Amino acid sequence: MKSTFVSGNLNRWAALLMLALLAAIGSTAFAQAGTAAQIPAADQMQPSELAAMLKSAGADKPLVLQVGSHVLYAQAHIPGSEYAGAAAQEAGRKALGERVAKLDRGTLVVLYCGCCPWGKCPNIDPAYKLMKSLGFTRLKVLHIADNFGTDWVDKGYPVDRGR
Amino acid sequence: MRRSLLAVLLLCTLASAQASVQAVVQTDVESSAQAKLIGKAAPEFAREDLNGKRVSLAEYRGKVVLLNFWATWCASCVTEIPAFASWQKKYGGQGLQVLGVSMDDDAPPVRALYRKLKVNYPVVMGDEKVGELYGGVLGLPVTYLIDREGRIVRHYQGEVDLKRLKREMRGLLGEP
Repeated sequence: MKSTFVSGNLNRWAALLMLALLAAIGSTAFAQAGTAAQIPAADQMQPSELAAMLKSAGADKPLVLQVGSHVLYAQAHIPGSEYAGAAAQEAGRKALGERVAKLDRGTLVVLYCGCCPWGKCPNIDPAYKLMKSLGFTRLKVLHIADNFGTDWVDKGYPVDRGR
Repeated sequence: MRRSLLAVLLLCTLASAQASVQAVVQTDVESSAQAKLIGKAAPEFAREDLNGKRVSLAEYRGKVVLLNFWATWCASCVTEIPAFASWQKKYGGQGLQVLGVSMDDDAPPVRALYRKLKVNYPVVMGDEKVGELYGGVLGLPVTYLIDREGRIVRHYQGEVDLKRLKREMRGLLGEP
């Protein structure tokens, strides 16, 4: 009798723990859904690569689009880059779509944000998906691990200011 | 049964340890320009808050100020706000003043979240000028602790370790 009681309690505890674990796994998956974590490595570009590409004369210059916050863009952005709208919001995606509507689908385009750590950026994945759906074949996403300040400005890469 | 129980416990511990490590890594990321402000007078700025009241950082001299740069689209930022609101309620009488600076492009989503989270401290709309004063706010959240003399004593880039921040804030308040 006692052993059945103990075994029943253990089962209940195990079930509760499993539920907690499933909830934890579920929340992690939810946190990563729609984030940069889903962008294939082949479509990513490191800041050092882009800095070198922009520096080299005669190289195939990409169109660089910032798809995050305008306030952050105004403080510092990659020289020559354009602000294209916060892609986490519908208005931002619309602005991005309009900006690239008339471009040749073979144009080399680099998207970046840098508002938040890579896995938590709300803008980069929606921007990437939109550009893919529009048929851009030479699309790269700048892999900013922590934020634009740490991974671009503090590395000494060139910046411009203003809107 | 015991084995499966142990396995579940082990998995839970591993998941929790991974989350802790991630939090520590983000907290330790430093922006050099922001870190250089430590020990210096907090740059003055004045703005209207979401209720239309003029807020000036200088008016908080004599208080411990927790200055938090955030945005509605920043998940880590939104996670921190309920804790800051509870600290404002609990420690406001002892001289704590939380001040939020939203780096959103527009005020409407900020107002909506302000109401939804029942924020009990002033929030002003930031811009590039305020951001540049504070070393360039080029990733969020960013939090500064300012002492009663108006000096920046701590800087946090990324989601903060709330326990650590609370301990340091209480220290500045002279709490045991």
